[in-house]
Amino acid sequence: MANNTIAEHVYVPFLEEKKGLLSWLVTTDHKKIGILYLISISIFFTLGGIIALLMRFELLTPVADFVDPHTYNVLFTLHGSMMVFFFIVPGLAASFGNFLIPLMIGAPDVAFPKLNIGSWWIYLIGTVIVLIALLQPADTGWTFYTPYSATTDADVVLITFGVFVLGFSSILTGLNFIVTIHKMRAPGMTWHRLPLFIWASYATAILQLLATPVVGITLLLLIAERTLGVGFFDPDKGGDPVLFQNFFWFYSHPAVYIMIIPAMGVISEIIPVFARKPIFGYKAIAYSSLGIAFISFLVWAHHMFTAGISEVAATIFSFLTFLVAIPTAIKVFNWTATLYKGSIQLHSAMLYALGFLFLFAIGGLTGIFLGALASDIHLHDTYFVVAHMHYVMVGGTVMGFLGALHFWYPKWFGKMFNETVAKIAWFLIFIGFNVTFFPQFFLGVQGMPRRYATYPEEFESLMALSTYGSWILAVGLLLMTINLISGLFSKEKAPQNPYGSLSLEWQVPSPPPHENFEEIPHVTDWTYGYGKKS
Amino acid sequence: MTWIPEVASNLAGKVDGVLWLITIMSVVFFVLITVLLVYFSIKYRRRSENDETPYITGSEPLEIIWTVIPSILLIVLFVHAFVVYKDMRTPPEDAVDINVVGKQWLWQFDYYNGKKTLNELYLELNIPVRMVMRADDVLHSFFVPQFRVKQDLIPGRYTQLWFTPTKVGTFDLFCAEYCGTGHSKMLAKVVVLSPEAYDIWENGTQVEEGPAVAGLVPAELGEKLYKEKGCNACHSVDGSVVLGPTFKGLIGRKGECTDGSTYTADENYIRQSILEPQAQIVKGFQPVMPSFKGILSEDDISALIAYMKTLN
Repeated sequence: MANNTIAEHVYVPFLEEKKGLLSWLVTTDHKKIGILYLISISIFFTLGGIIALLMRFELLTPVADFVDPHTYNVLFTLHGSMMVFFFIVPGLAASFGNFLIPLMIGAPDVAFPKLNIGSWWIYLIGTVIVLIALLQPADTGWTFYTPYSATTDADVVLITFGVFVLGFSSILTGLNFIVTIHKMRAPGMTWHRLPLFIWASYATAILQLLATPVVGITLLLLIAERTLGVGFFDPDKGGDPVLFQNFFWFYSHPAVYIMIIPAMGVISEIIPVFARKPIFGYKAIAYSSLGIAFISFLVWAHHMFTAGISEVAATIFSFLTFLVAIPTAIKVFNWTATLYKGSIQLHSAMLYALGFLFLFAIGGLTGIFLGALASDIHLHDTYFVVAHMHYVMVGGTVMGFLGALHFWYPKWFGKMFNETVAKIAWFLIFIGFNVTFFPQFFLGVQGMPRRYATYPEEFESLMALSTYGSWILAVGLLLMTINLISGLFSKEKAPQNPYGSLSLEWQVPSPPPHENFEEIPHVTDWTYGYGKKS
Repeated sequence: MTWIPEVASNLAGKVDGVLWLITIMSVVFFVLITVLLVYFSIKYRRRSENDETPYITGSEPLEIIWTVIPSILLIVLFVHAFVVYKDMRTPPEDAVDINVVGKQWLWQFDYYNGKKTLNELYLELNIPVRMVMRADDVLHSFFVPQFRVKQDLIPGRYTQLWFTPTKVGTFDLFCAEYCGTGHSKMLAKVVVLSPEAYDIWENGTQVEEGPAVAGLVPAELGEKLYKEKGCNACHSVDGSVVLGPTFKGLIGRKGECTDGSTYTADENYIRQSILEPQAQIVKGFQPVMPSFKGILSEDDISALIAYMKTLN
């Protein structure tokens, strides 16, 4: 072009840059990679959820009249494996982390865009391997405890190898995010001006990087046990079955913080926007994420108080478990205080955030029953644990995930969904979830063991109530999904910043262009500057 | 339906004390948070787009208060739970040892006087007992909700737990560590007897007789044994295949064995399968059945055969 005018910068939403399925599969745009993860994890969440509905349908009656016990055992193994490894561990980090991190810190993309799409492919390959293993489905539970997992007649090797491969997706994503947050913040974006979702993503990435290799190696040991008969976990060969549990939980405990910390980050973003107030206790929340991540490495054997560990070990692990409760409680108080004297709009995203606070409080408090030694002896391996973990993972992480979906939906997809339907769906999800899982606390105290296909008649009424709750929850999720998908086809375009957020991602168009920022911004303040400074 | 199982051991009341303490503290904090959430959401609801909100970023005194107070409460909870736990893990010197073997999918109890029982644990009221436990195949776990005790059974190692039964009655024992297909059927009854009744049981015949077998015709006794001795964990009576051949239509059945020989399921074959299960295994099944020698008397075996005859 032979003229001296600067070429006009035409805004092209990233969704319209480069079309065609193939371009999506090899994209290096973090915003598209986030969508690839979002679609994948949502499909597996749906499948895992359908399996749960089948399980709960069987549990309507005390006898095995819908499926036989072996099939039930396969179902709960699949449900756990899919939900943990396909949905919740990649979860918020891989989907929203990918979409938001560069935008929130003022960067054009992550540090290693090609590694980023590579991580998604590794994830996909891992899931395919696990699905192929369904030909000889494992009935070990997602925890694969030995000796049963080393001796059962199922394709344990293939399913654990699939999980091993999936682990690399997590490790490499963690690596990518750590480098991105360290090296690619925009000028002026100091650590203490970072949005709390970034602090949360950073803590999560450290966990992903350091903890995941341990479960990878553990699964390789199990594969060696089955294929080479080495005897790591076989007492006849000098091994110890309990060793597996120690290795497994060394990862799987930090893993539960991989699951919850990003959701906490989301809550820290939603509440200030819809209360129009700065987050209360920014540093306390930021550093508590790091504190929780650190302590999370020290508490794994609280899953093993009845597993034959020594009383001294149990005492130490119980004490450390109580320690991790403190930074968690601090966060809940700070979020609540953020509402004080705010101007609160109960948008659906805010309903999910408030729902999180209510449900996560229950989940966290019931963790105390399990971290305390004497009560855990009674409650371990009962429905109390099932209830606790679903309150934190579904009431916590999934509510955070759904809140993120409703909050950043306009920014990511450039469209709006029906807000009234969203509120109704939220209500059904909230009620359905509580009806499903709250009775399970009582079932656990009454002694109903977990992983039982058939059960004593005295537990039938609470079990049936739990099943009815699962139907309400399913309807709510279905309604929510229909609402969000139809929003994509609406003609109405989303405004740039419908909720008045100060965060960087809301200062670019909805959806953002491929390069995110026309000009890398120069940051002069933190992102929670809401309200009148007196 | 009760909130919590009855207190039937010396430890149960103490564990319940811990449960109540944690419950009360949790409810207090939960109600506090919920009330604040709801109150703030209503009182500070948005009235207009031009609402003014104060620029409050935090409060150091509050942070300190809501760090220190929960920390103190948590330490109290930890210590209380630890003290009770220590008691739960320290058997008294005079506790009576009972050996427990968990194997897929039944419970075997071996008493110090040589008696053996299957899926029924006989205890004397107010006498402390120590379960010395092992697993023969995979992990299991001994769990009696009414006693508030639980401990895993591990292959290659002994584990232990202790308690004193404080109520006469029959209580449920569940396997509480997933152990495969028969996990939900790996159940037993704990029978706590008064000292007089326990005496009668203890001095009874080598193989225990269980409650109220008198007055049952053989086939009825057989059906009772089928359920109580763990046969139903692996053998169905409706034709479906669980882990072993179904008893439906078994009597008189002919077929092939895993070693190539043939079998005819007559009375002798059934008796041999109960006492020497590995001798002639039906083709298509695994060698996983344990022997019931010393556990089922000849009368019991006859009763089981009589029951099977009614299933043809």
